[in-house]
Amino acid sequence: MPDAPRRTTHRTGRNGLLLTLPLLAFILVFFAAPIGAMLWRSVSNPLPAAMLPKTAEALAGWDAQALPGEAAYAAIVEDLKALKREEAAKLGAQLNFDFGGLNSLIRKTAREAAKLAPPYADSLPKLDKQWANQAVWAAIAVGTQSLSAKNYLAAVDLRYGADLSVERVADKDAIYLMLFGRTAWVAALVTVLCLILGYPLAWLLANAGPRTAGLLMILLLLPFWTSLLVRTTAWIALLQSQGVVNDMLVWLGLVDDKNRVQLVYNMTGTLVAMTQVLLPFMVLPLYSVMKTIPPVYLRAASSMGARPFTGFIRVYLPLTMPGVAAGALLVFILAVGYYITPALVGGPSGQLISNLIAYHIQQSLNWGLGAALSAVLLGAVIVLYLVFNRVAGADRLRFG
Amino acid sequence: MSGWGLIARVMAGLTLVFLIAPLLVIVPLSFNAEPFFTFTDRMLALDPDGYSTRWYQAILNDTVWRDALVNSLIIGGASTAIATVLGTLAAMGLARGDVPLKGAIMGLLISPMITPVIIAATGMYFFYSDLGLTQTHLGLILAHAALGAPFVVITVTASLTGYDWNLSRAGASLGASPATTFFRVTLPLILPGVISGALFAFATSFDEVVTVLFLGGPEQVTIPRKMWSGIREQISPAILAAATLLIGVAVVLLLVVEWLRRRSERMQIVQR
Repeated sequence: MPDAPRRTTHRTGRNGLLLTLPLLAFILVFFAAPIGAMLWRSVSNPLPAAMLPKTAEALAGWDAQALPGEAAYAAIVEDLKALKREEAAKLGAQLNFDFGGLNSLIRKTAREAAKLAPPYADSLPKLDKQWANQAVWAAIAVGTQSLSAKNYLAAVDLRYGADLSVERVADKDAIYLMLFGRTAWVAALVTVLCLILGYPLAWLLANAGPRTAGLLMILLLLPFWTSLLVRTTAWIALLQSQGVVNDMLVWLGLVDDKNRVQLVYNMTGTLVAMTQVLLPFMVLPLYSVMKTIPPVYLRAASSMGARPFTGFIRVYLPLTMPGVAAGALLVFILAVGYYITPALVGGPSGQLISNLIAYHIQQSLNWGLGAALSAVLLGAVIVLYLVFNRVAGADRLRFG
Repeated sequence: MSGWGLIARVMAGLTLVFLIAPLLVIVPLSFNAEPFFTFTDRMLALDPDGYSTRWYQAILNDTVWRDALVNSLIIGGASTAIATVLGTLAAMGLARGDVPLKGAIMGLLISPMITPVIIAATGMYFFYSDLGLTQTHLGLILAHAALGAPFVVITVTASLTGYDWNLSRAGASLGASPATTFFRVTLPLILPGVISGALFAFATSFDEVVTVLFLGGPEQVTIPRKMWSGIREQISPAILAAATLLIGVAVVLLLVVEWLRRRSERMQIVQR
């Protein structure tokens, strides 16, 4: 007899799992697996290793204290001889990501490889003096590793130097730490702006009569339901130099007609538009916490002599902290991954890390680096989400 | 209280203006008779000649915009159907007590909502092209279904928290199969949540541009894709006309969801 109830719960548990399986499988196949496969590209780099097998083998034990021996020179000549013209072009383009100039060097050497005579340690540098540059060999050694951390180094402005030790890249190429910093800074700024603007609004929503609250809620949710592109378009129309805000500033005499303020296609545009877009994600969690705080708490505080400000700081604010934490984390999580708004209104100075990922995937075609940047960003988002889950619970992700 | 309360009210009011004003400004600007993005003197003087519906005529007569609408509706409709069916099933499963690894499963099912969309889009770009799904409607339908499903899971889970499972047991004890119990007892009671989730999923697809940029080809131009290129290339008040129409869509979706929410609150009271 005591068995029966346990068996029932066990069965419902299994049925429950069965019901979640279709969506679980769907998300795994069409969402998680694609991301996993893309992230794998950040460490996996099979193409050069497959095209230069002998070179990879010859360089595997190289200590990088001096130029490699004749064996490596002979290996690369042999490997390049075996490549078709378009294969050499592909290889050159790949290796060029690690070391600028390798593209033309590889293609030129592949073209001339058949005419070269041993010893290749002499004839290759004669063809192009770059072959006597140890840094070139270091780049080829790293580039022909089928698994390597080079993309993660690049994602934090580091690289393997000529002696294969890790070093900082030249200052002009060091942009990624700055971009991660800018992304975090913009996300933090947007979070703070949303908190400052959203807190009073959430308070008003929670404390207004039902009819007013219903109307306010509709006003809050309308932008939430409106297409992101529509809202971005609206900000361009408002903020551009011939737009409504500048017209008003000129009309008010605050700004000279010839010196209109640049409000869009820069950081200001990104901040303003992102704050407006993400504000509902701050207000809704705040509101759902504030709604549960009985007004008698504040009255109790004031009856014991606390001034309104003290009552707010000592009683109300601490009670709303779960909402503050949930809203702030949610806004920050969404803001660090933002792509559309910075791409459309950010201009060059308002680009964030997402925009650079898109650039590497679509334009520079340095997929490994794009994947490494994605992995760093995704790692940050997952950590923040775990904190969010701990602080607020996944069910706080409920809108409307 | 009154001093601080007044300040808070004023701030809340200004914040609402900040939220709504950009949308309200677009509407009259879309009736501009001139190809400008700002109010002309004739518009400010309320001269009827300053206003016109030329931009609306331009987009309504443009086959590119019409095709974009059709594509958006096909992709949105199909992805919503997938997301709603799979999402409702999953929420039903998760609501049934002791599913093993519930937290991890929930986290995975919700992940499309918090993953930066650029990461999802680039991952899909490589993976879907290996499967031959890029530049097809099907690829975008699958992508949008994955992005929309978490909304269904969350809204249906929320409406199931107010559901009395004794009703299902009663159905089963009277001899109904699990499917019959679901369609005749459970579904009618959680329907507002299911429809809200479906509308969220549809709105997600209808507004989604990043995966379309990565996965779509010339045959998959949707409304957001058209708006995107409109903003980047030839920005004209035609964009504002399209935007105004989309605000109308948002108003309708919002009012339906709010109505459903109130209805489901009433139903939960009735059940208790």
